[in-house]
Amino acid sequence: MSEKQFSNPAVRWIDHRLPIFSFLNHEANEYPTPKNLNYFWNFGSLAGISLVVMIITGIALSMSYTAHVDYAFESVERIMRDVNHGWLLRYIHMNGASFFFIVVFIHIFRGLYYGSYKAPRELLWILGVVILLLMMATAFMGYVLPWGQMSFWGATVITNLFSAIPGVGEAIVTWLWGGFSVDNPTLNRFFSLHFLLPFVIVGVVVLHLVALHRFGSNNPLGIDTKGPQDTLPFHPYYTIKDFFGLSVFLTFFAAAVFFFPNFMGHPDNYIPANALQTPAHIVPEWYFLPFYAILRAVPDKLGGVLAMFGAIAVLFILPWLDRSPVRSGRFRPIFKIFFWLLLADCVLLGYIGAMPAEGLYVLVGRLATVWYFVHFLVILPVLSVIETPRPLPQSISKPIFTGGGAMAGAAAAPKEKV
Amino acid sequence: MAKSKSTTNATSAPEGQKSRRDFIVVASYAMGAVGAGAFAWPLVDQMNPAADTLALASIEVDVSKISEGQSITLKWRGKPIFIRHRTKSEIAEAAEVATADLRDPEDDGLRVQKPEYLVVLGVCTHLGCVPLGQKVGEVRGEYDGWFCPCHGSHYDSSGRIRKGPAPTNLEVPPYTFLSDQVIRIG
Repeated sequence: MSEKQFSNPAVRWIDHRLPIFSFLNHEANEYPTPKNLNYFWNFGSLAGISLVVMIITGIALSMSYTAHVDYAFESVERIMRDVNHGWLLRYIHMNGASFFFIVVFIHIFRGLYYGSYKAPRELLWILGVVILLLMMATAFMGYVLPWGQMSFWGATVITNLFSAIPGVGEAIVTWLWGGFSVDNPTLNRFFSLHFLLPFVIVGVVVLHLVALHRFGSNNPLGIDTKGPQDTLPFHPYYTIKDFFGLSVFLTFFAAAVFFFPNFMGHPDNYIPANALQTPAHIVPEWYFLPFYAILRAVPDKLGGVLAMFGAIAVLFILPWLDRSPVRSGRFRPIFKIFFWLLLADCVLLGYIGAMPAEGLYVLVGRLATVWYFVHFLVILPVLSVIETPRPLPQSISKPIFTGGGAMAGAAAAPKEKV
Repeated sequence: MAKSKSTTNATSAPEGQKSRRDFIVVASYAMGAVGAGAFAWPLVDQMNPAADTLALASIEVDVSKISEGQSITLKWRGKPIFIRHRTKSEIAEAAEVATADLRDPEDDGLRVQKPEYLVVLGVCTHLGCVPLGQKVGEVRGEYDGWFCPCHGSHYDSSGRIRKGPAPTNLEVPPYTFLSDQVIRIG
């Protein structure tokens, strides 16, 4: 790494021995970023900030939480009523989980539309899917901690998924529970892991960023940057844009925390856990609903579990399913249609997941599940072959349709409008 | 941003003057600092005693059951409270001491509300151990009070430091007599 000469002698002394300032300057200040990023590129930093907010409020909450079946529910109520600002911290943490998923889902669909998973960013994408899996595990275990009815029965249902594994399933579930049902040992280990996993996520996020900074951000045009004329230094251009996006995000977040904090939760979770009675209609948190719909769509225990995990697994091999050399959906007329269909399909699956598994909902859920897998396993590979992409612009700086670089020397080339 | 060499008239100001952009920058940073502070305070304050902790911060005791020469130990705010029904000789002993010679000069009359009942926090003012002298047969030090076994501090029958490393007298907690028999501590 090239050493930068800092004017402050103390900084220079440290930097010569520990080039932390050079590193920060290189990766967060000068860091050349495509100059055409749109607001969908805000969601990566928003996800990072959400993670930090979750960790900070989570550490504060853990100071007043008791991981024991006899005290967990009451300790959460004590946080709500007695601990100074406890209601605020818990509502931030609770809604923060939802907002974290909103941000991450937008971040993922951004990547899907603009082909951010394609070479040379396959590992960047895969690390992102790993983060998603870790987030899902963390969110699930966090939801168990208040030890309400939904906590208990969610934990029971989700851990029972593993009983579908042939042969060793029962043994694995007993091992997960540390007993013969979801009980105190389960709650204790879930608290331990719920505390640990966010820091594992931080580690994978660091790898995600290292992979990102290797080739830099993708961009709405999906073409590589070709030099300084295509990029802007990260600071101040994207720091200020990220801060602006953050203030908009925080407006929505604060509105949820202060005005409808329980909108995305379930009233049943304010009933203490009862191992003898299942609530009439149990559903997971909204961010799991599409996966829940896929689980229920398959009329076979093992098959349902495999389909649900398969819905994530298919994302791991996405870079090799979509072989089209064109990254951005902007230049792929047919892909673009299927992208929006996939998005609609995921929203539909989410809706089906929230509905009771009966009548027409079952049929629609099955069709939507089939479509999800057809999109990734059939449509994307086929499109890679049969689709004719629209012509790509020469570079980020050049207007789109300048056949053969006729305007190559024109210094005052108009900014592209796309 | 304030240092940026802007060339457009809308944002730049003549040398040495403040531009509107400078104002926006300062206002933005100030607002950001207020926001960060507003988020930081709940995180800090949640570690202060919670409402239920504060609600349990006072206790009531019936002292009429303590016979002369007897001591009881209570727990108040997580710490031991010593209530001693002092004998006549202990009261006299505490009153006779030349206050000015003490390390932490305090008159016995100022440390009690009724001379027969001494109420002190049973926490050595040196490093927080619980002094001996409550139970029959325990060492009470050289001044008929309490003796801290950790580092050898001697307290007298008014709970005042007389010998050893402790810097101040045993603390007298805030308390009031609700009636002749009942006191409320805290």
